[in-house]
Amino acid sequence: MAVLLEIKNLGISFGGLRAVDDFELSVKKGQLYGLIGPNGAGKTTVFNLLTGVYKPSEGIITLDGVNITGLKTIEINKAGIARTFQNIRLFKDLTVLDNVKAGLHNHYKYSTIEGILRLPKYFKTEAAMNERAMELLKVFELDGEASYLAANLPYGKQRKLEIARALATGPKILLLDEPAAGMNPNETIELMNTIRFVRDNFDMTILLIEHDMKLVSGICEELTVLNFGRILAQGKTGDVLSDPQVITAYLGE
Amino acid sequence: MKTDKIKLNKNFRENILTYGIVILAYIVIQIMIGTGNISSLMQGLLVPLCTYVILAVSLNLTVGILGELSLGHAGFMCVGAFAGAFFSKCMKDVITVGLLRFILAILIGGICAALIGFLIGMPVLRLKGDYLAIVTLAFGEIIKNVVNVLYIGKDSKGIHFSMKDSLSLGLEEEGEVIINGAQGITGTPKDSTFTIGIILILLTLFIVLNLINSRDGRAIMSIRDNLIAAESIGINVTKYKLMAFSVSAALAGVAGVLYSHNLNSLMATPKNFGYNMSIMILVFVVLGGIGNIRGSMIAAVVLTLLPELLRGLNNYRMLIYAIVLIIMMLFNWSPKLIELRKRFSPKRLLKKTREVQ
Repeated sequence: MAVLLEIKNLGISFGGLRAVDDFELSVKKGQLYGLIGPNGAGKTTVFNLLTGVYKPSEGIITLDGVNITGLKTIEINKAGIARTFQNIRLFKDLTVLDNVKAGLHNHYKYSTIEGILRLPKYFKTEAAMNERAMELLKVFELDGEASYLAANLPYGKQRKLEIARALATGPKILLLDEPAAGMNPNETIELMNTIRFVRDNFDMTILLIEHDMKLVSGICEELTVLNFGRILAQGKTGDVLSDPQVITAYLGE
Repeated sequence: MKTDKIKLNKNFRENILTYGIVILAYIVIQIMIGTGNISSLMQGLLVPLCTYVILAVSLNLTVGILGELSLGHAGFMCVGAFAGAFFSKCMKDVITVGLLRFILAILIGGICAALIGFLIGMPVLRLKGDYLAIVTLAFGEIIKNVVNVLYIGKDSKGIHFSMKDSLSLGLEEEGEVIINGAQGITGTPKDSTFTIGIILILLTLFIVLNLINSRDGRAIMSIRDNLIAAESIGINVTKYKLMAFSVSAALAGVAGVLYSHNLNSLMATPKNFGYNMSIMILVFVVLGGIGNIRGSMIAAVVLTLLPELLRGLNNYRMLIYAIVLIIMMLFNWSPKLIELRKRFSPKRLLKKTREVQ
């Protein structure tokens, strides 16, 4: 399988704090890859580096052969990385449908003038957008709530909507930041199925951060374990989880 | 697919209702003028009323839709007012058709204000929250003071410009001072009418409402709701912030043109273009409901008419004005009252009676 996301020697310092150091990762096309580690290990920082929220102090990130190091967030999204957030960041005062349509922003276009004057292209494009957005919502079984405000959705559905919105941007790789946080065991199992479904039906590559070991061992094919900003272990899920070093980092001596 | 049809229809109906209210108000007032049921004081208030409605709607675009607090909206109005009045006075003899000249003046006022809005917005929109409010507040005051020391005159050689006094313009004998510093512009043609004001309100509503319910509006509101998420899905935050801010400034400029063409002498005083004015527009927006275009429109009308209607009460006028402000605020924002309002809303009562039948 071809390598889609390649990270080499990635590092960032905040003042004197070395948050991520010498981080390496290669994710193959279609893979479900897990990034785990104790709290404060630097997992979300890696995501923020990948999506341009922070600029790396050193290192190279390539996506599908294109160097995307140091690009702006919107350019990185256009290049093909979409993400969700640890603390859900939906557009709360927009409807569920409009949240997804916002994600379609760069794929369905008409000019401001066409929008204000309501020229035919406006109606045509909006209809196409609605159709595509409803398709996506259906995948996540949110089509019944399309006209609700995003803030009024229950927690589990908000997480799903965030994934739907990220998918709407048409990414090559999807970064999920603790998708199962705050979910009960049933919801987690449902989420695992959704993630697998997204991977299979959208030909998606997924990199996820997670604390829930059941989810990680259930769906991730390969893992990287971070501890204090450095890689502790890397490889097949089964091997990594039985690594004594990893067990120590998670459970203590 | 049924749900989005319902949603589109709902938006459409809401917008029609907003336009309908404006048209209805126009018809009622025209009838009142026709039958002589309106005092001359009220008639004089009609054009300023239109101005305030446009200002309230345009500021709501910045505050409610873009989610940025701007305290310098009167500054943009000032730019529009002076640019438009300057143009009209210069062209008084060239373009004799009043309506054509006025339309051009409106365009020029709007474009000038938009341009200033764009230039101010570029650095300022990088700031957040209180900082943006402080900078826009300062901007409003600066514009007003700059206009107060501006001298522009016209003679056969062309346009002369000075920031010192009218003498240093060095005009020829038959030259004319157009903007005379603190004395402002006198003798602007009185082109503003109530009808034009209403048309401009409808135009403003058309632009703002259609902008909100389009791809760009969605992008603007997504920035308001969550800037980081908006960036993460590829929305160009700077572009859309600037767009909303400039459109808002342009509309304020249009309001300024309408305002200036209703006055014999246009001066930039603290009363009309100062801090108080900016705050008053903000009060319209906050009371009418942040992000609620129709509400801000109604608040602008009520709060402009109220002091005039209460004139008979002399000393108690401002007291009652303040009480009405407080009551409106409670009515709009208190959760208990919102619940009560929903329970007794005409729509629901209608539905209930239908169910009973």
